[in-house]
Amino acid sequence: MTASATGSAPPPGRLLRAFARNPSFVAGSLILLAVVAVALLAPWLFPGDPQDMVAAPTLWPGQDPEFWLGSDSLGRDVAAGLAYGARVSLAVGVTAAALGLLIGAVVGAVGGYFGGRTDLVLVRLTELFQTIPTFILVIVIVAIGQPSAPVIVAAIGIASWPTVARLVRAQFRSLREADFVMAARSLGYSDLRIIAQEILPNALPPVVVTTSVMVANAILTEAGLSFLGMGDPNLVSWGSMIGDGGPMLRTAWFLTALPGAAIAVTVLSLNLVGDGLNDILNPRSLQQ
Amino acid sequence: MSLSRSAVALRRTAAQAIPTMLGIVVLCFLLLQLVPGDAVDVLAGQAGSATAETMEAIRRQFGLDQGLGARLWNYLTHLARLDLGNSVRFGTPVTELVLDRLPATLLLMLSALGFALVAGIVAGWVMAVYAGRWPDRILQVVVLLFYSTPGFWVGLMAIVLFSVKLGWLPSSGSATIGAALTGMEYLADRARYLVLPSLALSTFFIAIYARLTRASMLEVTGQDFIRTAAAKGLHPFQIQLRHALRNALIPVTTMAGLHLGNLLGGAVVVETIFGWPGMGRLALDAVVGRDFNVLLGILLLSSLVVIVSNALVDQLHAWLDPRIEGH
Amino acid sequence: MSENETLLQVRDLAVGFGKTEVVHGISFDVAAGETMALVGESGCGKSLTALALMRLLPRGASIRGGRVLFGGRDLAALPERALRDLRGNEVSLILQEPMTSLNPVLPIGRQIAEVLLRHKPMSRKQAWQRVLELLALVGIPEPQRRAREFPHNFSGGMRQRAMIAMAVACEPRLVIADEPTTALDVTIQAQVLDLLDDLRKTLSMAVLLITHDLGVVAQWADRVTVMYAGRVAEEAPVGPFFQAPRHPYARGLLGASVGESGDAHYTTRRLAEIPGSVASAAAEPGCPFAPRCPETIPACRVRPPSLEAVAAAHRVACPVEVAKR
Repeated sequence: MTASATGSAPPPGRLLRAFARNPSFVAGSLILLAVVAVALLAPWLFPGDPQDMVAAPTLWPGQDPEFWLGSDSLGRDVAAGLAYGARVSLAVGVTAAALGLLIGAVVGAVGGYFGGRTDLVLVRLTELFQTIPTFILVIVIVAIGQPSAPVIVAAIGIASWPTVARLVRAQFRSLREADFVMAARSLGYSDLRIIAQEILPNALPPVVVTTSVMVANAILTEAGLSFLGMGDPNLVSWGSMIGDGGPMLRTAWFLTALPGAAIAVTVLSLNLVGDGLNDILNPRSLQQ
Repeated sequence: MSLSRSAVALRRTAAQAIPTMLGIVVLCFLLLQLVPGDAVDVLAGQAGSATAETMEAIRRQFGLDQGLGARLWNYLTHLARLDLGNSVRFGTPVTELVLDRLPATLLLMLSALGFALVAGIVAGWVMAVYAGRWPDRILQVVVLLFYSTPGFWVGLMAIVLFSVKLGWLPSSGSATIGAALTGMEYLADRARYLVLPSLALSTFFIAIYARLTRASMLEVTGQDFIRTAAAKGLHPFQIQLRHALRNALIPVTTMAGLHLGNLLGGAVVVETIFGWPGMGRLALDAVVGRDFNVLLGILLLSSLVVIVSNALVDQLHAWLDPRIEGH
Repeated sequence: MSENETLLQVRDLAVGFGKTEVVHGISFDVAAGETMALVGESGCGKSLTALALMRLLPRGASIRGGRVLFGGRDLAALPERALRDLRGNEVSLILQEPMTSLNPVLPIGRQIAEVLLRHKPMSRKQAWQRVLELLALVGIPEPQRRAREFPHNFSGGMRQRAMIAMAVACEPRLVIADEPTTALDVTIQAQVLDLLDDLRKTLSMAVLLITHDLGVVAQWADRVTVMYAGRVAEEAPVGPFFQAPRHPYARGLLGASVGESGDAHYTTRRLAEIPGSVASAAAEPGCPFAPRCPETIPACRVRPPSLEAVAAAHRVACPVEVAKR
C-alpha cells in the first residue's frame, strides 16, 4: 500500500495475478527472458571473440554441424554473432531508454509541477526536440561524436525523451491538484520531497507502459545505425550483421534474414509486454 | 470550412511554429560548433595548403575568428537569405544540393504514407468489425509483427523475394536509366521502382494506423448516434461508412501527421538500401564525407518539413471536425 | 384506421444478456394513436424492452423468445432487410441523450434528410424542403440557417426537437420514446412532451413512452404499463390507475410520491417507502415483488403470477388483487 491517498495502486498480490493471466504479458515475458538468457550466457555458449574468423566462409545453416547457423563471408560464426549481438542490442536499448526516461521524467516533472514560465520554456523545448526527426538527430549526434557505444546511447536518449516528458508532465499537472499533495504541502514537505515521494510513484503506471516501447524503439534505432555502418566498430550488433550481409543478399540471404528475425522477435516480445502492461495498468484503455 | 476558421488555425500554428523553428536553428548552430576539428582544417586540407597564413585567411573569410554571438548572427543572416553554406565536398551551395534531392524523398514518403493509411485503415476497420473473433485475432498478430520488424529488414527481404527470386521488381534506383520513356510508360516505370521502397518504409506505419483505427472504430460504434442511424433503417454498410468511419478517422488522420518525423528518419535507411536518390542518401554520404554543412542543412530542412506538415494536419483536423472552433 | 385498433402486440417477450435473462416474458398492447407509458425504476428492463422491439439491442443482448406483432408481422422474426424498411419509416425511435444521439460531424439537416431519402422517393431538393418544414413543425426557429448547423451548435432541448423531427419525418405509425426528457431541464421537459403529444394527434401516431417519472405519465399518457424486475405488474388506463392502483408495487410507488393535495407533505408525514430493494427479486422463484410485498399468500412464492383482468382494460399480476376483483 502506498502512503498516499489516491488509491490508484492495487494491492501487489492482485497485480501479480493479473499479470500472470494476461496472455500478451506472459508470452512477451517468456520470449524476452529467453533472449536475455542467451545474451547473458553468450560468453559461455560461444567463448572467444565473435569477430574471430573460425569457419569456412559463407556456410549455410545446417551445412556444418559445428556452425549450425552458418558463417558469414569472413568465416565468422553467425550463431556467436547473434548471441553477442543480443548483448549489445539489449544493453544499448535498455541504457538508452533509461537515459531518455530520466531526462524526460525530470523535464516533465519540473514543468508539470511548477507550471508558469518554467513550464512554458520546458514545453517549448520538448516541442523542439519532438519536431526534429529522431533518427536524423541521432545520426547527426553520432556523426559529430565518435561512433562508440556511449555516444550512441547518449544520442538515442537525447532524441527520445520528449514522449516521456509529455506523459509525465500531463500526470504531474493533474496530480499536483490532488488532495494528498495539499496535505503533504501543509505538513511542510519540500517541493523535491513531494515530487519524488508523493507524486512520482502515482504518476508511474503510464510511464511503465511506455518503458517497454522505448526500449523497443531504442533497439530498432541502434539496429538502423549499425546497419548504416555508424555503430561501434568494435562491437558485433544485429544491425551491423545485417549491414555486412547486405552485399551477399543474392547468394547468402540468410546472413540478413537471421539477425533481422532476431531483432523482430526481441522487439515483438517487448511490444507484447508493453501491451500486457497497458491492459493491466490502464483499465481505461480501449481493449475488447 | 469557412475562411475565418482556416485563418485562425493558421495563425495559431504560426505562433507556435516560428519559435520552434528558431530554436531548431539555434540548436543546429550549436551542433555545428561541436564538430571536432575546425572547419578550417577541412577547408585548408581541401585547398591543398595548410600554412598558418592561409588558415588565418580562411578563418577571417568565413568569420571564424569572431566570437560566438557574432558567428550566430552571421549564421542567422545567412539563413535568412536561404544560404546554408557550401558543401565541403562539392563546394556547391547546400541549399541547392538538398533541394535537388528533396522531391525524391517527398515522393517516397508520401507514397509510403498513402499506402500505410489505406492498408492500415482497412485492416483496422476489419479488425473492429470482427472484434474478438478470429479474423481480428489473426490480424492483431500480423499487425504486431509489422510493428516490431525493422522496416529496412523488410525491404531487404522484399528484395530477396521480389527482385532476386521472382524478378518482378527492381531492387535499386528510381527509374530505368537511359530508356527515354514518356507518358503512361514513364509513369508505369517510375511506379515499379517506387513499390518496394514504399512497402519497406510503410510497414511500421501500417501497424500504427491499423491499431489506431481499430481502437477508434470500437469507441465510435459504441456511441448512441450509431443506434440512431440504425433506427433510421440504414444499411449496416452505410452506417459504417457515413457515420462510424467519418468520426473514427478524425483521430487517425491527425495522428498520421505526427509521424512525419519518423517517416523521414526511416527514409534515410530505406533510401540507402534501394539506392533511392533522395535526401536520406545525401545525409549518409555527408556523414561519411564529414560534410557537416550538408548534414545540418538536411536536419534543418527536414524539421521544416515536419513543421509544415503539422500545420497542414492542423488544418485538416479543423476541416474534418466541426466541433473545433478557431479560438 | 380506427382509434381502437391494436397497433402493437407484445407477447411473452424475453430479452437477456448471455446466460442471464433480464426481461422475463412480458406482454402488452399499444393501440393506434394512443400514448402508452412503460413505467418502472432503473434496471427493471423497460429500456431494453423498447430497444428489443426494433431489434436495436446493445452488443451481447438478444431476444430470447416471444413475439412482437406489428401490423400483422412479427418484428422479432422478420428478416433484417424487411426490418430495415420498417425502421424510421413505420416505427421510429427517440433516444434519451440528445448530446450523444446525433452524429457530431454531420449537419442536422443532413441527418434528418437521411431518413427521408432512405424511405421516400424524393430528390435531394425535395428532401431538403421537407427538412425545413419539419424543423419549423417542431418549433426550431430560423430553419434555413439551423439546418446547416451541427449538433454542438444546438441546446439540449433543440437537439431533442431535432431528434423528434427525425423520428416523425416519415410519419410513422409508432414512435418509441426512451426517456426523451430525462436529460433535459424541467422547464424544457414540458415543452418537448407537449410537442410530441401535438405531433401525435396531428400525424395520428401512437407513442410508446418509456419513463420512470410518474408525473410525466399522469400528464401525457393514455394508458400505463408498470414493470418490476423484468415483468409486467400492472396495465391500466391512466385515470383508474392513479385513482386506485391495484398492484402492491404500484400502490407503493404512488404512496411514495408527494401528492398535490395537502395531506402528503414532507412537514406532515414521512414519505412512505417500499421496504427492501429490487435485488431481492433475483433469487425469488415466485412473484418478484413478494419479498417486499405486504400482502403475500403462499401461492405468491411458488411461481410468478400471470396478468389477469380486474376491470375493463385493467390487468394486474397479483393473485391477491385478482381474487378481490
